[in-house]
Amino acid sequence: MKNILDLTAMELGRRIKKREIGVAEAARASLAQMEALEPTLNCYVTINEKLVLKQAEKVQSRIDSGELDSPLAGVPAAVKDNLCLEGLPTTCSSRILENFVPTYTAEAVQRLLDAGMVVLGKTNMDEFAMGSTTETSAFGVTRNPWNPDHVPGGSSGGSCAAVAAGECFYALGSDTGGSIRQPSSLCGVTGIKPTYGTVSRYGLIAYGSSLDQIGPVGRNVEDCAAVLEMIASYDKKDSTSVSRKDCDFTRALVDDVRGMKIGIPRDYFGEGLDDEVRAAVLKAAEVLRDKGALVEEFDLSLVEYAIPAYYVIASAEASSNLSRFDGVKYGFRAKEYEGLHSMYKRSRSQGFGPEVKRRIMLGSFVLSSGYYDAYYLKALRTKALIKKAFDKAFERYDVILGPTAPSTAPKLGESLKDPLKMYLGDIYTISVNLAGLPGMSVPCGRDRKGLPIGLQLIGDCFKEKNILRAGYAFECSRSYEMPKMAQESAAGRMTDNVTEKGGGAGI
Amino acid sequence: MSRQYETVIGLEVHVELATKTKIFCGCSTEFGGAPNTHTCPVCTGMPGSLPVLNRQVVEYALAVGLATNCNIHQYCKFDRKNYFYPDNPQNYQISQLYLPICHDGWVEIETETGKKKIHIHEIHMEEDAGKLVHDEWEDCSLVDYNRSGVPLIEIVSEPDMRSADEVIAYLEKLRLIIQYLGASDCKLQEGSMRADVNLSVRPAGSKELGTRTEMKNLNSFKAIARAVEGEKNRQIELLEDGKRVIQETRRWDDNKESSHAMRSKEDAQDYRYFPDPDLVPVVIDDEWIARVKARQPELRTEKLERYQREYQLPLYDAEILTGSKHLADLFEETVALCGKPKEVSNWLMTDAMRLLKEHEKELEELSFSPANLAKLIRMVDGNVINRTVAKGVFEAIFAEDRDPEQYVDEKGLRVVSDEGALKEVIEEILQKNPQSVEDYKAGKQKAMGFVVGQTMRAMKGKADPAVVNKLVRELLSR
Amino acid sequence: MANTISDETMEYVGILAKLELTKEEREEARRDMERMLDYIDKLNELDTDGVEPMTHVFPVNNVFREDVVTNGDDRENILKNAPRKKEGAFQVPKTVE
Repeated sequence: MKNILDLTAMELGRRIKKREIGVAEAARASLAQMEALEPTLNCYVTINEKLVLKQAEKVQSRIDSGELDSPLAGVPAAVKDNLCLEGLPTTCSSRILENFVPTYTAEAVQRLLDAGMVVLGKTNMDEFAMGSTTETSAFGVTRNPWNPDHVPGGSSGGSCAAVAAGECFYALGSDTGGSIRQPSSLCGVTGIKPTYGTVSRYGLIAYGSSLDQIGPVGRNVEDCAAVLEMIASYDKKDSTSVSRKDCDFTRALVDDVRGMKIGIPRDYFGEGLDDEVRAAVLKAAEVLRDKGALVEEFDLSLVEYAIPAYYVIASAEASSNLSRFDGVKYGFRAKEYEGLHSMYKRSRSQGFGPEVKRRIMLGSFVLSSGYYDAYYLKALRTKALIKKAFDKAFERYDVILGPTAPSTAPKLGESLKDPLKMYLGDIYTISVNLAGLPGMSVPCGRDRKGLPIGLQLIGDCFKEKNILRAGYAFECSRSYEMPKMAQESAAGRMTDNVTEKGGGAGI
Repeated sequence: MSRQYETVIGLEVHVELATKTKIFCGCSTEFGGAPNTHTCPVCTGMPGSLPVLNRQVVEYALAVGLATNCNIHQYCKFDRKNYFYPDNPQNYQISQLYLPICHDGWVEIETETGKKKIHIHEIHMEEDAGKLVHDEWEDCSLVDYNRSGVPLIEIVSEPDMRSADEVIAYLEKLRLIIQYLGASDCKLQEGSMRADVNLSVRPAGSKELGTRTEMKNLNSFKAIARAVEGEKNRQIELLEDGKRVIQETRRWDDNKESSHAMRSKEDAQDYRYFPDPDLVPVVIDDEWIARVKARQPELRTEKLERYQREYQLPLYDAEILTGSKHLADLFEETVALCGKPKEVSNWLMTDAMRLLKEHEKELEELSFSPANLAKLIRMVDGNVINRTVAKGVFEAIFAEDRDPEQYVDEKGLRVVSDEGALKEVIEEILQKNPQSVEDYKAGKQKAMGFVVGQTMRAMKGKADPAVVNKLVRELLSR
Repeated sequence: MANTISDETMEYVGILAKLELTKEEREEARRDMERMLDYIDKLNELDTDGVEPMTHVFPVNNVFREDVVTNGDDRENILKNAPRKKEGAFQVPKTVE
C-alpha cells in the first residue's frame, strides 16, 4: 500500500496512465492535503477550488479518449502567482494586482495545460519576486513545512513549500537571482533555473527581464527534467526565446557520472558559509567522486561582485517594468486623489509594499541623469566579466558544484531586519542569472535543526543535461524525505490510500 | 529692434510608417475604429506581455535613411524612455537613444535664397502613443490605445535652418522622399507627419548657439511657418528686454498664434533611458542594405528626367507632376490606361489644380480614380463629348469620382452629330435671324460665326462643332 | 566613501518613480539606498576599462514578426480589468496639455 501523496509526479503520471489512479482522485488527495496544511503554511494565494475537479474530469476524458499522452497528464500542480493564467487572479502577491484577472495565459503554463496539467492554484511569493523569504508577500507569509517557525525561502517560497508539503506534485517558479533554487534548497525539494531563453517569458510578470527565467520545482530530478522538457520551447512571442533542439532532458537521467569533470569553486566556501552546509555539500561531492566523477577545486573569481552588479541591473529593470502599475489599465487605484499625478503616486504608494518601493527607488536612482554610466553601465561591464569567468571555468569543467545558499532556512522575521544580509544570502545563485546559465538545487541533507540543505549544480549555457545527470546520479544515492507534518497529514487520511493493482506493478 | 538677429532652427520630425501592423504586435494600424478596438495585451502594456519587432519597420527606416544619405548603424538597439503619462500604457516608450538605426545624413533644399544642405543628425525607430480625449461631462480624460504602438521614425535634423522658408522646404523635401519610398503618406493634418521645432536666436555673426525652445503641436505647414515667426519674435523681444530665454517645451496654439510653456513640477524630463531587455539587437548586414537599395523605387530626379524623355513632357509639367508622389502616381496610372501623356498632364495641371485651389484642398486629397480620368480623355478624343462639356464632367469626377460615361448618359451630354437634327436647329436660328443670312451673302464671314455660336448654345454645347460648321456653311450658301 | 542622499534627491527620485513615501518609509528607503550604494561602490574596485557592457547574454539578433495583422477586436478583454472605464476607453483624471 502506498499513499497517493507519497508518489512523485512521474510515478503518479504513470499510474494515471494505467488507470490505476483517477485524475479527480489525485486532485482530491491534493486538495485534502491543502485543506489540512494551508492554515499553517499558506503556500497558496489563490486556490482554484471551483475548477479543479471540473478540470480533472476534462483531463480524465482527454486521457481516456487517447488524446493526451504526456507523462504528466492529470498530475495536479501549482503555478507561481507571477505567471498569468486566464481566468484566475494573478497578483504577484501584491495589493496593486489584487483584483487582476488576466485574459491570457503564460506560454509555459499553456504548454502544461495542453499536456494535461490540473491547476490546484497560484502560489505565494515575495511581492513581485523581490525577496528571499516570501515574507514580503502582501497576502501573508508562507511557512516552511520542515518547521513552521522558519521561512521557506523565496521568492518562489509558495511553490517550493507546496511541493515539500505534498500540497501539489510539482510547481512552476521563476528565478531572477535564485528564486527557484534558494527556496528549493530551504524546503528540501529540487528546482531548476534553465538557461536564459529556454522557457518563454511570455505571460511571466517581469521583475528583471534580462535575468528572469521560469523553471520547475519537484520532489526529485526526474520530475523537474520532465516538466522542463514540456515547458521549454521556442516562442515567437518572446524575442529573447532561444531555438534549441536538445530539450529531451529526461534522456540525461542516467546514473553514471564516470569521467564527468566537476569543479568546486573555492570562492563558494569562504566566509559566511554555515559549517553544516559546507560539510553536507562537500559530502555530496564525495558521493559523485565515488561514482567516478573527476572532482577538483578551482578559483572562479569575481564572486563578491555578482550581488552589487545584480542589484543595480535588477532594480533598474524593475523600476521600469513596474511603472506600468499605475491605476489606469488594471489593478489597484487609490480611492482619493487630486489629479493625474496624485492618482499615480497614491495608487503606487498604497499598492506596492516597502521592499518593492525600495527597489523601485534604487532602480530609478541608478538610471537617473548623471548616474547611468557609473552604476548601470558599470554593472553591465561587471556582468560581462562574470560571464567570462564562467566561460573559462566551463572550458575545464562540465559542472560547477557548490552550496545553493549559505545557510538553512532562517526564522521568520529574522531577514527583513537587515535587507543587505538577506541580499547576501543570494551570493551563490545570483551570478548564474547574470551569466544566463542553468542551475539546479538538489537536497543533500539536513542540519541539526532538521532543516534541509541544498546542493547547487551549475552548468554551461544550454548544458542542462550535465547538471541533470550529475543531480540524478547524486539523488540515486539517497531517498526522498518528506517533512513530518506532510507525512502525518497524508497518512491521517486513509481514504486517500491507494492499493496497488495489476499484480503489484512497480511504481 | 536695435540689433540684427539670426534664427537657428532644428527639426524633430515624426513620421508614422505605412505598415499594416503595429511595431511590436499584430494589431492593425488602420485609422479610425472605435476606441481600443485595435489593441492587444502588448500595446496596452498588460503585465507579462512582450514586444516582437515588425520587420517592415526596419525596412522602411532603412529605406528612408538610405534615401537621405545617412550612415547606417549596422548594429542597432532599442532603449526604453521612461516617463509617466496615460497615453503611454507601459509608462515607458520603446525608442532608440544610444544606437539609432540611421545617423549623419543630409538632404538638399532649394529656396529663393538658393540651394542648401540640411544635415540629419539621426533617424530612430519608436512606438507612437495612444490618444487622450477630454470628457467634458465628467471633467476627466479617456484613453484610447488604438494608436499606441503604431510605428514611427523620428528624423532629427541638425540646427541648419535659418528661416520658416527653409523649414517648409526641408519638410516638403522629406515628405516627397518618404512618399516616394512608400514609407508613409505623410499627412500633417492626420498626424502621420508631425514636426517639433527647436528654435533659438543669436546676434547676427555670433557663432555660439542661443538657448533653444522646443515647439510642439504644429499641424500644418502654415502653422509651422507662423510658429517659427512667433517664437523668433518672442525670443528676440525677451533678449531686447534684457531677459533670458528659458530652455523649455512650448505648445503652439495656432488659433491664438501664440505658445505657452508645457512644464510642470511633475515632468522631471529625466527619461532614464536604458537598453530594452525584452528586445534583441538588430544587425543589418551589407547584403540587407544592398537589397533595400536595389528595391528603392525611382526617386524624383530620375522620374523628372524620365517624364521628359519617355512622355515628351516639358520640364515645367514634369516638375509639377513629380513634385508630389501622389500626383505622379495618378499621372502614370492614367497614362497607362489611355496614353496621351500631354493630355493627362493638362487635365491634372490646369483643371485639377484649379479645383483644388477653389476647394482649398491639398494635393494629397485628390481622390478620383485614374480609370475615370482616362475614360474622360478617351471620350473627348473619340468626340463623344466636346471639350466644354468635358470640363463639367471633370468637375464631377473631381468631386465624386463619377464614372464619366454614366454621368454623360445620365445628363444627356453626348455630342450630337446627327445632321438631320442639327439642320432643324440651324434652320430655326436662320429664320429668327434673317439679318445674318443677308450679312453672310454680303460677304461678312463673321455672320457664320454668329450662327455657329447660336447653334452651339441652343445645343448646350453638345453639338459636334465640325458638323455644325459644315451645315451652317451649306445652309447659308443656299 | 559613504553615500549620502539629500532630501532633494529623495524627492526627485520620488517624482521619477511616482512614489509618495511616508516620512518613516522615506527615511528607511534613504538608509537602505545609502547602504546599497556603498555596497554597489564595491564595483569600482574592478577595472572594467575596455569591457563592453553586456545587455544580452547570448548574441541573439534579428528576431522579427512579419507585417501581418493577427489580432482582431479584443476590446472587451482589454478593458476587463480597468479600474474605471467609459465608452470603450480607460478613464483617468483630466490630463492638462
